Amino acid sequence: MSRGTLALCAAGLLAAILYPLVVRGLAGAGVGVSANYLINVGMLVFFVAFIGQSWNIAGGFAGQTSFGHVVFFGTGAYCSTILHVTHGWNPWLAWPVATAAGALVGWAIGALAFRAGLKGSYFALITLAFAEVFRILANSVEFTRGGLGMLIKADQRPENFQFRDPMWIYYLALALCVVSLAIAWQLTRGRFGARLVAIRENEDAARALGIDVYTEKVKVLALSGAMCAAGGTFYAQKYLYIDPSIAFGVDKSVEMLLVSMVGGAGTVFGPLVGSLVLTAINEGTRSLASVVPALKNVQPLSLIVYGAMLILIVARLPDGLMGLFGRRKSGKRHDA
Amino acid sequence: MLEVRGLSKAFGGLKAVDDATLDVRQGEIVALIGPNGAGKTTLFAAIAGFHTPDAGRVTLEGHDITGLAPHRICAAGMVRTFQITQPFAKIDVRENVMVGAWLRTGERAEAMRRAEAVARQVGMGDQLDQLGADLTVAGRKRLELARALATGPKLLLLDEVMAGLNPTEIAEIVDVIRAIRDSGVTILLIEHVMQAVTSLAEQVYVLNQGRMISHGTPAEIAADPAVVEAYLGHGAAARLARGAAHA
Repeated sequence: MSRGTLALCAAGLLAAILYPLVVRGLAGAGVGVSANYLINVGMLVFFVAFIGQSWNIAGGFAGQTSFGHVVFFGTGAYCSTILHVTHGWNPWLAWPVATAAGALVGWAIGALAFRAGLKGSYFALITLAFAEVFRILANSVEFTRGGLGMLIKADQRPENFQFRDPMWIYYLALALCVVSLAIAWQLTRGRFGARLVAIRENEDAARALGIDVYTEKVKVLALSGAMCAAGGTFYAQKYLYIDPSIAFGVDKSVEMLLVSMVGGAGTVFGPLVGSLVLTAINEGTRSLASVVPALKNVQPLSLIVYGAMLILIVARLPDGLMGLFGRRKSGKRHDA
Repeated sequence: MLEVRGLSKAFGGLKAVDDATLDVRQGEIVALIGPNGAGKTTLFAAIAGFHTPDAGRVTLEGHDITGLAPHRICAAGMVRTFQITQPFAKIDVRENVMVGAWLRTGERAEAMRRAEAVARQVGMGDQLDQLGADLTVAGRKRLELARALATGPKLLLLDEVMAGLNPTEIAEIVDVIRAIRDSGVTILLIEHVMQAVTSLAEQVYVLNQGRMISHGTPAEIAADPAVVEAYLGHGAAARLARGAAHA
């Protein structure tokens, strides 16, 4: 990483840490903003960047485009919630178990799909199918309480993974996002990541150069599944309610894919940039619709903007917004 | 070093390779030639693990590697290049070659050092920062060679690394290949450029319609009527001989 990039990262992190304090200060000084609303929006940016990064690691770096990533998200959300609500586990303890469950589901889907040699759109479709099967199962079996969903009893204590002050869940989302960035950054440096990129670019050549393509693909899907499941638990503990269409609904899959594609698939900061932009659009259109009466019935307006944006990005910026920064300067990145 | 015995591979009803036998000894440069569609690339793919042979045996340094996965064969020290070049398009030459180098090291600094050394060895020292997609035909051929070499092979299978190159580029790559051999890597190559085959190879095998029809030194091969007929058609050798007698 060059000195300039490093300085930029440090500045960004500092700004993110100070952000809740600043908006509280502004609100306290009488500027007409709701501090908790803004902190909540910030939390969403980092949370969506985190689950987007989980997609990006498999879909962007390794080129294994999934349309059903929500299968891992829902696995994590249900796993920790069942352990917590039904079996009385502390949610902090249930979290790593849910993460491991996500890895297991990733490994299993990868083993099945990649052993069968599914690639490209076939792989995308099979992941979509898995997500739908999980959704229908969650709807019909007893231990998930079916379509009623699962309610987590509100008990706002930090040791219970619930926070009275939204600032703390904001910081938790930030921490997750930083961890995911570190993982992605490591992929740009190390052997595993180099192998994933080789597989994405050309599987035959990768195989010829000694890469066990099947194993690496299963590994990356397990890693991605673990991260996404960790996001699922976070979501459940933040909103204290999940049901099959929230936990396994296709819109979360699309969201993860979208932030990565918009920001730049296969780049470290792509999902974060994409999440910033999409959250801004989301909140912007929502407040626009509340101000302009004509737009009130056009709901959700954000989806229309998303769609238009995706068309633009795919047509004009195949490398996403990160592509705007141009090809990284040669040489600089290669300080070992 | 490499022994291929009675190898056959069919696709549907077509016998692409039929009972092919071939030997490569340590330190040699061996060429595999034959008309278009003779089955050379299929034979390569079957040796390197990309196709599972229907029959026959492949051994590398005495170990049976028949039907092993390509990555295992690569780890065992034999690596192939592709006739239709397969660069990793969106990453630069250094990173392309590093993919090969990562096979023998987990250290980034070491992989990079190795990749750069190999890139210089094949004459790509000043193209390290170019994207795979931006290379010329000659550049892509060299990249194939560099990536394969970076895996630290004992035996290199080169599939038409000279096709599409101009005479200057061919002369350069012939020198590169000779230098690679002199550094201790054994080479088996498929080639159409006969001038290169003659100047490089100690042994030549000729494949025609899936069958090995001849092998020997380049001079012996050139004098073999079966080889001449394979290239110029049935009866050509006799006609040529008559023509020479008349002249």
